[in-house]
Amino acid sequence: MTDLTDELDADAVFRWLTAAAAAVEREADQLTELDSAIGDADHGTNLQRGFASVVTALGKEPPSAPGAVLILAGRQLVSTVGGASGPLYGTLLRRTGKALGDAERVTGDQLAEALRIGVDAVAQLGGAALGDKTMLDALYPGVEALSAGGPDPYGAARTAADEGALATVPMRARKGRASYLGERSVGHKDPGATSSALLFTALAGAVADE
Amino acid sequence: MSEQQDPSAAGGGAADRSAAGKSHGQVGIVLVSHSKEVADSVARLAVGLAAGQDSAPVEGAGGGPDGGMGTSAELISAAAHNVDSGAGVAVLVDLGSAVLTVKVLLAEGDELPENTRLVDAPLVEGAIAAVVASAGGADLDDVAAAAEEAYHFRKV
Repeated sequence: MTDLTDELDADAVFRWLTAAAAAVEREADQLTELDSAIGDADHGTNLQRGFASVVTALGKEPPSAPGAVLILAGRQLVSTVGGASGPLYGTLLRRTGKALGDAERVTGDQLAEALRIGVDAVAQLGGAALGDKTMLDALYPGVEALSAGGPDPYGAARTAADEGALATVPMRARKGRASYLGERSVGHKDPGATSSALLFTALAGAVADE
Repeated sequence: MSEQQDPSAAGGGAADRSAAGKSHGQVGIVLVSHSKEVADSVARLAVGLAAGQDSAPVEGAGGGPDGGMGTSAELISAAAHNVDSGAGVAVLVDLGSAVLTVKVLLAEGDELPENTRLVDAPLVEGAIAAVVASAGGADLDDVAAAAEEAYHFRKV
């Protein structure tokens, strides 16, 4: 079991993002279906295009530091996704990467701390808060559980992010296109929170392969 | 798509029109919409309604990276560079990813010309106000203020 004192290198982060791309690919139809209920029905295809380009860019010139991998991935998402999830996920990865700096190996503790900075940047960019039925409702619980440590912090983060995404079902959307629906957004799982939970699933899988 | 009605630029391509803008040192204007048609049409509309004066460098940046509905960081960045003459660039947007993408590009620091500003204005009315102001020689502060004021033009 990987704990927060174990170190991650650029290759581990590359594996994380590759796993995220595979998860997005696998769940693309479901993400788009969720998005067609309360959004504009493009979340799955947008993220699929974005993460595919992340994997291609990283494969071409793999950076040697975890931070640089995340920064490059973030830039790719901003330029290829085309929907609001591009700048939002792009900011998440870029700010997390910047917070990690140039170190060639980082501990899980450092990753958790950097991710929190990334999630805060997402909150600031979108002007959203916990409970607004957005990505943040999966990202914050995920980061919280990861930071808490314990014997299986990555597994705990995956579970917390999944539960966080599920908890968006009864929420009323207060940000983004879904907010135009008002009460009618209640009863649907948020697509952004769902894809955010996939990031934690991918992370848990990538560190388990270590 | 660049819109520039300066007679000296008539018949010129986008590059010539940008060059004409540079010689005037006018504030450039970029219109970002999820729809390419909306962005380009609003650019034409704004230039058309500013008729009777010299116009200003305006370019639409509409649609997503795949050519469909969405927002393209690359189109926005290219449009901003095309309309930039050193006097600043005002970017007007529709909503959602258009707002967020421009904010992220501004935060990245190297994707947009220096002195590029996201203006908080309604897209259509703001674009017209911005073009008129820029054509009249206003600086970036005044172009932004003119566009922002468009929120207060009540219709009834």
